Amino acid sequence: MKVNQVPQDESSLSKKGLKEVCYALDENGNYTTELSSGWEPKSAALDSSMQLIQQRIDQAKEMVAAGKVSPIVYFMEKSKMDLSILSSYVSMWKWRVKRHCKPSVFRKLNDDVLKKYAEVFEISVNELKNFKG
Amino acid sequence: MHIDFKHNQSAHCENGVASNLLKHQGIEVSEPMVFGLGSGLFFVYLPFIKVNFSPAFSYRPMPGLIFKRAAKLLGIKIKRQKFSTPEKAQQALDQNIEKNIPTGLQVGVYGLTYFPDEYRFHFNAHNLVVYGKTPDNYLISDPVMESVTTLTHQELEKVRFAKGALAPKGHLYYPLYTPKEINLENAIRKAIKKNCNEMLAPVPIIGVKAIRMVARNIAKWPKKIGVAKTNHYLGQLIRMQEEIGTGGGGFRFIYAAFLQESAEILKNDELSVLSKEMTEIGDMWRDLAVQIARVYKKRSNQQDIYTTLSKNMLEIADREEAFFKKLKKAV
Repeated sequence: MKVNQVPQDESSLSKKGLKEVCYALDENGNYTTELSSGWEPKSAALDSSMQLIQQRIDQAKEMVAAGKVSPIVYFMEKSKMDLSILSSYVSMWKWRVKRHCKPSVFRKLNDDVLKKYAEVFEISVNELKNFKG
Repeated sequence: MHIDFKHNQSAHCENGVASNLLKHQGIEVSEPMVFGLGSGLFFVYLPFIKVNFSPAFSYRPMPGLIFKRAAKLLGIKIKRQKFSTPEKAQQALDQNIEKNIPTGLQVGVYGLTYFPDEYRFHFNAHNLVVYGKTPDNYLISDPVMESVTTLTHQELEKVRFAKGALAPKGHLYYPLYTPKEINLENAIRKAIKKNCNEMLAPVPIIGVKAIRMVARNIAKWPKKIGVAKTNHYLGQLIRMQEEIGTGGGGFRFIYAAFLQESAEILKNDELSVLSKEMTEIGDMWRDLAVQIARVYKKRSNQQDIYTTLSKNMLEIADREEAFFKKLKKAV
């Protein structure tokens, strides 16, 4: 890649005014660094992975609304987590977190347990309790 | 407290922190030199481990390994600490700042507020340097950022104690001892040999063989798991190739830069020829990313597109195999 080939496409980085360093060849064939505002193929890959996350969030929201899963599932997806990441954040076994994803079990949880989840999701206990999808 | 620390932006966080910390000690090593000495070029395919709903690919060795290997070859001793509680972790960091020691930290990316949302996922092996503290903030030199930045005390605690795979547990590190004289020539030769051996390893999920395995799977995936999932896997492949700052061809260009630098130090012209060849291989990876992006954006159903991608990736594997065989003989 030559310096003038370093991609300068719009990206999530450039929208925040950020640029990344790339290594490329100058006109004499020597390696140098050049700033890049982003690269379209990479942005496309990131976009589609964000879309996948959004799909999962939407799906979780519907399932909470339908009473199939507890709000924990929705906020877990929203925080880009899965069961094993969430369980390590709340310091509970995975099977326990999995149980808390059932609406019937979730309803009986005391505030101490709910607080653990709420803190990780950066919301209040009330928000967690009352999320209806 | 504010340590006089020179921030240089780098393509990749680990090389960047290593290079910046060593430069602070008066050891002039560039980012590509750290990468090369750490035998940083790699490929591993772990089909049985799922990351982000896709098999795991990586274009680099385990986090932390590049700096560890480079330091060892240069005879530099690195002090590393992990902590059981955030309080102890903060205490140790504050003591370092008071003693004027810029300190490297392993952190989780998810809590880094200065990153765009797209980059903030639960990946816990990012690296940055803390070079000072104010009543509210820590002064941060994150090597992938153009200039220095800050995090609040609370934000820094959060990223130092991010949870999940590779949890940093407050991990901090800094050079403890640096030798007066460094034998760069010897270190370069050893590092290059190691890198060749790894890329040519007789293991199906490592190096050139792993690239071949992925390439063959790309041709099979559409039938086996459907087009949607195949495209998602391919997207992950690009994301891993194009981590922040590797813009096209990923780590290949950094390695080519290392070979060019090494050619001069070792007075070995063959290495500059090989540097050019590595640049060409980097361009091939770049082209592959463009082709893949085209495929999943159109959501094309044609079977032969995947066969073409597979063929192109096999070609890269052949090129790399030949390359590393030549490189091994050149040093």
